[in-house]
Amino acid sequence: MIIAAYIICSLIISALIFSIRIKKVTYSLIIAFLVIQWAFTIYESVNLNLRQLEYFTSDSIAVILLITLSILTTTSLFYSYLYIEKRKDDNKLRSIYFASFVVLIFALSCAYLANHIAIAWIFVEITTLSASVLIYHRKTERTLEATWKYIFICSVSVAMIFMGILILGLAVQNAKVGELFYLNLYLNAGKLDEFWLEASFLLVFTGYTAKAGLVPMFTAGIDAKDKAPSPASAIFSSALMNVGFIGIFRFYEIIAQTNVFSWAKAVLIISAVVSIFIAATYMINVKSFKRMFAYSSVEHMGIIMLGLASAGIGYFAAILHLILHSFVKAAMFYQYGSVFRIIKSKFIKDAGGYFYLNLSGALILLLGFFLLTAMPPSGLFVTEFMIFSSLFKSGYFWIIIVTAILLTVIIYSMGENIFKLLFLKENKNGYSNNSTEKENKLDYIPQVILLLAVIYLGFNTPVFLQNLIKEAVKNLL
Amino acid sequence: MINIFLIVFIITLFFCVTAIRLKTFINVIALQGFLLFGIFFLLLRDINTLNLIFLLLETIIFKSIAVPVFLNYLIKRNKITRETEPYVSNFASLFILTATILTLFFLFSTIKGGLFENVFFVVAVSTLFTGFYLIISRKKIITHVMGFIILENGVVILSLAVGNEMPLLVNLGILLDIFVTVLVLGIFANKVGDIFKEGEVQQLNRLRD
Repeated sequence: MIIAAYIICSLIISALIFSIRIKKVTYSLIIAFLVIQWAFTIYESVNLNLRQLEYFTSDSIAVILLITLSILTTTSLFYSYLYIEKRKDDNKLRSIYFASFVVLIFALSCAYLANHIAIAWIFVEITTLSASVLIYHRKTERTLEATWKYIFICSVSVAMIFMGILILGLAVQNAKVGELFYLNLYLNAGKLDEFWLEASFLLVFTGYTAKAGLVPMFTAGIDAKDKAPSPASAIFSSALMNVGFIGIFRFYEIIAQTNVFSWAKAVLIISAVVSIFIAATYMINVKSFKRMFAYSSVEHMGIIMLGLASAGIGYFAAILHLILHSFVKAAMFYQYGSVFRIIKSKFIKDAGGYFYLNLSGALILLLGFFLLTAMPPSGLFVTEFMIFSSLFKSGYFWIIIVTAILLTVIIYSMGENIFKLLFLKENKNGYSNNSTEKENKLDYIPQVILLLAVIYLGFNTPVFLQNLIKEAVKNLL
Repeated sequence: MINIFLIVFIITLFFCVTAIRLKTFINVIALQGFLLFGIFFLLLRDINTLNLIFLLLETIIFKSIAVPVFLNYLIKRNKITRETEPYVSNFASLFILTATILTLFFLFSTIKGGLFENVFFVVAVSTLFTGFYLIISRKKIITHVMGFIILENGVVILSLAVGNEMPLLVNLGILLDIFVTVLVLGIFANKVGDIFKEGEVQQLNRLRD
């Protein structure tokens, strides 16, 4: 019942924001949506493993990602407010932006909670549509190009997921499983036809990589994160990637019960290593900061997939890595919004002098760089360490060597660009401290909280989070 | 009888990859809509009236009438030239498609399953292949949209090949079909055509590393 109320309320709020284009009304509706989102999140996390409306279950992995989503929604809406007001967008643009934002968040929440493979797929389709409106927010030629590519590639990918679901229908035909609920499939996994199961996994995996940002379909996501407003990009490279992850993860749980498990591991490892390789090669020559962060997301998703393909503690680390990466990447995108307002160029060649122009922002960017590249105070260091040690135990020695070399390349090129922005004495455009509008230091508090959370959660993971993650990966063990 | 429809469907694919004018292309898409309706009608004998009306709307009204009219309107409005402008010669395309279909027949005959379902699979997968092939091998953006429509037709046939026991899924697929096609075409009509006057893929390469 609660989830039906949530869906209806979100849709009504979105429709109201879209139709009543008055500033105060929009922001009060946004606050109302935030209250509903948090109430819903708390309800779902209190009632673990409760089946609602037949098609939604609040299992551990869904609750973990839902809490992450709600935290990031709060911060992203705050920075969207700053973004829209500083750009002085008119009422129409503002209402379209927030209306599609609400739809995106609601679709993501429902996609996490869905326990039927086709229902999850419908909500993933809705995320494509609402995300494309956000990408097109600035209405320039290049945003149009990014939107067009995003819609086209995601549509093809979503069609692929659908084919995978149809083929899965063939795999279950003799098993008498009934409807394609994840739980049904999981319980009857041994009876499924292995050939069709493999074909189905390949199609579903390929389809979801468009959302998760892995090879082969990662390209659309890069352009989307580059061209969308930075608060929206923060959601794209955290919560929207998590929806791709959960699609792969739930299918992987089913595969884990069958004889083709080691084959599926090989698929994940190939995709992961190629993703990290592509991120490394593109990052050497990247031209803008947003694209650099987008490629860094590709790299982290590759590491998460390596964690899923390892064993034991690697599963735990993969989920924790997912959460921590969402936080740190979102914080970096928020800070990038300030960078763009001050430097007034997104290209790395124009960057420089950020320490002189904005001291507190530069410190946040520096801390974020260390956290993002998994240097020791970072929680990502802990999870990457766990993933590599479990890969070592599983005997993937060569993969560790290749990945470590590629990660070094990534850290080098990322450091080169970020340090250029921070420590060069002047930027090419010659903006001095006086000509730029002052940034309010208090606006940075959410970023600092997110970054500190990454350190804290990595080294001192709260017991309830540990239990949730252990519960989420218990089907893989 | 169904097999005749399926064979005709395969023949339309050959028309697709060799079409020189966009007009031919659009006519083939319209014909495919009729063929799909025929297949639906013969295969799903015992469906209720509501479902039948829905299918009729989807295939005849939407695929055979609305989409072609809309495509024609787009071509006129954006003054797109009438050639399809492939990167590959027609002979090579024809050869590739023939080879693919033959390979698929051999491939599926090695996999277990009745002959009847196999024909469905071959048609479905070759339609999907044609869709992808058209997207890769043509210069114009509008031919990409047409390739996507053909790809969607392939998905519909695939859903028929396996979906006899899953009416919910068949309907879902059809809904997606309508929704996404309308959306992609709508965006194309309003924006891409206005801003990128030539309508060629080369104009969409500014975002890259």
